[in-house]
Amino acid sequence: MSAREIHGIGAPFGPAQPGAPENREFALIGKPTAKIDGLAKATGALQYADDIQLPGMLHAKTLRSPHAHARIRSIDVSAALALPGVHAVISGRDLPERYGVIPWTQDETALAVDKVRFIGDPVAAVAAVDEDTANQALRLIKVEYEPLYAYFDPRESLVRHDPVIHEDKKDGNISKHVELVFGDVEGELKASDLVVEDDYTFHGTTHAAIEPHCAVATQAADGLLTVWSSTQITHYVHRALAKVLGLDPARIRVVQPALGGAFGGKSDPFSLEFCVAKLAMITGRPVKMLWTREEVFYAHRGRHPMQLHYRTGVTKDGRIRAVDARILIDGGSYSSFGLVTTYYSGQLLTGPYDFPTYRFHSTRVFTNKPPCGPKRGHGSVQPRFAFEVQLDEVAERLGLDPIELRRRNFQGGHTRTVNGQRITSNGFLKCLEEVERASGWQQRRGKLGRGRGLGIAGSMYISGTNYPVYPNEMPQAGIQIAAERSGRVTVFTGGNDIGQGSNSMVAYIVAEELGLDLAQVRVVAADTDLCPVDLGAYSSRVTFMVGNAAIDAARKLRALIVEAVAAEWKVEQARVRLINGRVIDMQDSARSISSAQALQITEARHDTLGSTGSYNTPKLGGDYRGGTIGASPAYSFTAHVVEVQVCEETGRIRVERCWIAHDCGRALNPMIVAGQMEGSAYMGIAEALLEEHGVNRFGLHAGPSLLDYRIPTAIDTPELAARIVESLDPEGPYGAKEAGEGPLHPSIPAISNAVFDAVGIRLRHLPFTPGKVLEQLRTARAMTQGKQSGQVSRC
Amino acid sequence: MRILKLQINGDLHELAAPDHWTLLEVLRYSLQLTGSKQGCDKGDCGACTGLVDGKPVLSCLTLAATAQGHEITTIEGLLPAHRRAGGEGADPIQRAFDRCGALQCGFCQPGMMLSARALLSRNAQPTRAEIRSALSGNLCRCTGYTQIFEAVESAVCEQLGVAPKPRAWETPSPESGS
Ligand code: FES
Ligand code: FES
Repeated sequence: MSAREIHGIGAPFGPAQPGAPENREFALIGKPTAKIDGLAKATGALQYADDIQLPGMLHAKTLRSPHAHARIRSIDVSAALALPGVHAVISGRDLPERYGVIPWTQDETALAVDKVRFIGDPVAAVAAVDEDTANQALRLIKVEYEPLYAYFDPRESLVRHDPVIHEDKKDGNISKHVELVFGDVEGELKASDLVVEDDYTFHGTTHAAIEPHCAVATQAADGLLTVWSSTQITHYVHRALAKVLGLDPARIRVVQPALGGAFGGKSDPFSLEFCVAKLAMITGRPVKMLWTREEVFYAHRGRHPMQLHYRTGVTKDGRIRAVDARILIDGGSYSSFGLVTTYYSGQLLTGPYDFPTYRFHSTRVFTNKPPCGPKRGHGSVQPRFAFEVQLDEVAERLGLDPIELRRRNFQGGHTRTVNGQRITSNGFLKCLEEVERASGWQQRRGKLGRGRGLGIAGSMYISGTNYPVYPNEMPQAGIQIAAERSGRVTVFTGGNDIGQGSNSMVAYIVAEELGLDLAQVRVVAADTDLCPVDLGAYSSRVTFMVGNAAIDAARKLRALIVEAVAAEWKVEQARVRLINGRVIDMQDSARSISSAQALQITEARHDTLGSTGSYNTPKLGGDYRGGTIGASPAYSFTAHVVEVQVCEETGRIRVERCWIAHDCGRALNPMIVAGQMEGSAYMGIAEALLEEHGVNRFGLHAGPSLLDYRIPTAIDTPELAARIVESLDPEGPYGAKEAGEGPLHPSIPAISNAVFDAVGIRLRHLPFTPGKVLEQLRTARAMTQGKQSGQVSRC
Repeated sequence: MRILKLQINGDLHELAAPDHWTLLEVLRYSLQLTGSKQGCDKGDCGACTGLVDGKPVLSCLTLAATAQGHEITTIEGLLPAHRRAGGEGADPIQRAFDRCGALQCGFCQPGMMLSARALLSRNAQPTRAEIRSALSGNLCRCTGYTQIFEAVESAVCEQLGVAPKPRAWETPSPESGS
């Protein structure tokens, strides 16, 4: 099928070539092209937030709470203010307005007002000539606290509400509760041939992007405020700044410079953005705040710890009849995205398998720990872990191959899930096939000898969400294009390039549509003064939504060019083709002009050239309260097989390889897609085996450094084999769906399932530390005493 | 304050900096050589890696004063040095990282590329295991390292004038492991 057949008359020009690979008709799409800013990154030229240095700039630092839960009796900043070199000191009183990314649960202030809720909660901020002076000033601030009882166990927050962490919440220490029931779950469980029931634990983990958070602000003499921030949500930061500072948003400019990784860790408005803005307004000088690595660990917003209980009922031939989930979510001290997390913990489990009945009961509670938020695979990595481990046990108990079990329950494409979500393209079967073949599953599983095993898991994830964070009827993503007579075309996008390459994606699309060389295209992104709104880089929405907006804008401009050139040549429009920096006549190969000439002809005919485009989701989602949360215009699908080696002497698990098959619709750039798949799998494997974000009994972080929080090095990382599966989504840009978050999900349960294949124990409680492995091995040995040989795998 | 004389990317810089400033602080905040990144400021991440006499060094743990009398190379120095040596474009390592997709957010990459540069100058044909080991002091949170390994191998192949191996994602479904 040609792109035109799939996408209509507006698709890139090109005759259908029967039997030719899909990519043949594209000049750029589908090719492993380098990024437009790759060399700027490679040479150190690209500017990240902390690289910004403005004349007369002050440096700001934050005083943080040493108590997990306390009332603030008094704050005395006079000594700090008197220190030479200090220009301003602010505390909660100076920025009392509340904010929070979700409008219904705004419970944060830039600096604590009256109360602190975790060790590390920001209390005051100082701007001084340099960081050393600012740090010295922090020590001179006197804060009197009245410590309160602190909660570290979410089970306690569920039942105890005195003292309450947020005074004005109507449900005490409960942050959000969601219960949704689809069909007769109990009836189906009773009628099932087999019900598997168990508890699972997912621990806390964090993003640990290598760039720490940083923000710089300056206010011009006329009042115009500019804030540069390492954020993945420029638009929401813009709104939050206006609200908290009481300024007209039209007088605030927010810019995201190059970003050094985010993974969801930069998708809330953060204290430092408000503090630098306020301090710049007070002092009349530019102010920068760069968080230390330790502060980044405390700011957190990482993966929610969850305690999960699942019951799955199946028929004896392995068809799922019912799934019942009960989940306790530890939210930490603030709401952040927690309302969405609570829904996602249930709403996103309903694929790629079909089940006729489903219930989930999820409760998020507050504790006095660093606030949790969205981390890559927001809210759905934890339930996916539990469910995929449970499915493996179902397969084992039924004597079915775990891949076969998953195949039997495949929901298919162009269907609806039990909770009313619309599924379009679905390449999950192909994903299973790919990893099955690549890993040699049939020949090798169960035959690798004791200590070595293979495990499978699958998953589904959203490509953006139907639900804008604040309700509005405007587009989710907008694009503007300006074309100039030199042949240069500039694309303005609100999209946040956080390292995933969205600016390059936009450039590929516009160059493809307008038949330009990539070098002719510039991208200006994530600057609220220059770019139309995009809601931000979260929920894996950017390629799908910004990509579609870019196609829309580019096609409008192309129509003008085609019309003008056809008129100039006095030929039918269908003969005019834009390709590789030229415009050619399809029926007269002698007639060809450069795209610059074509733009000149068009400009002469139509005026200064530009166009706009946008994307908004269709109306989607189940017809019930919360039915739009988790509704996505398209879903991606993933399957992993991992190969592990378990050392029964030390309890250490080594993941040797991970085969990753991911259905991304169409790979707009397979090299970038593969990079997302590899990076996701790496991150999931690390969560399973190495990383833990926890606090001790006082609420102190267990190890807020990149040494103690063990992210994998080049030596720890297994061999990763990415297999791209393309299912051409009907609504994605050229058929594309997401690739940045889905491929994380299966790695974690696949490891547990591989350990079962290797040594016969089921790991249900993360992280899979050597201690837990040894303990379960001991228990298993005690139970099978005498039945097995005493053979133990070593490494 | 102390007067420092530092030989950086071929130039001698004379500047005043606080006694306790690290090489990273001087590079970034006195000389605006912001290509050297700060990811932790305590020796854990490798983002600040620079070359001192050709060897990778964590500039956040190096007092600026102790770097005097040594030849310091930062990421900003690679392309000009390549041009001075008669080359075109950027340094082969930089180009390889670019064409292999290794540059996701790019924040770890200046340090990573300098570690890779140092490896290739002492070992022109490293194995995958040697590459892993040489880069193990540079944390990358984006890539899962695979495209970084492929970039280093691609630079080696380019140097030898042989075609690079297909990258992990290009290979048709590989047969299973052994
Ligand atoms: S900044 Fe030097 S090792 Fe992290
Ligand atoms: S590319 Fe982002 S940390 Fe390495």
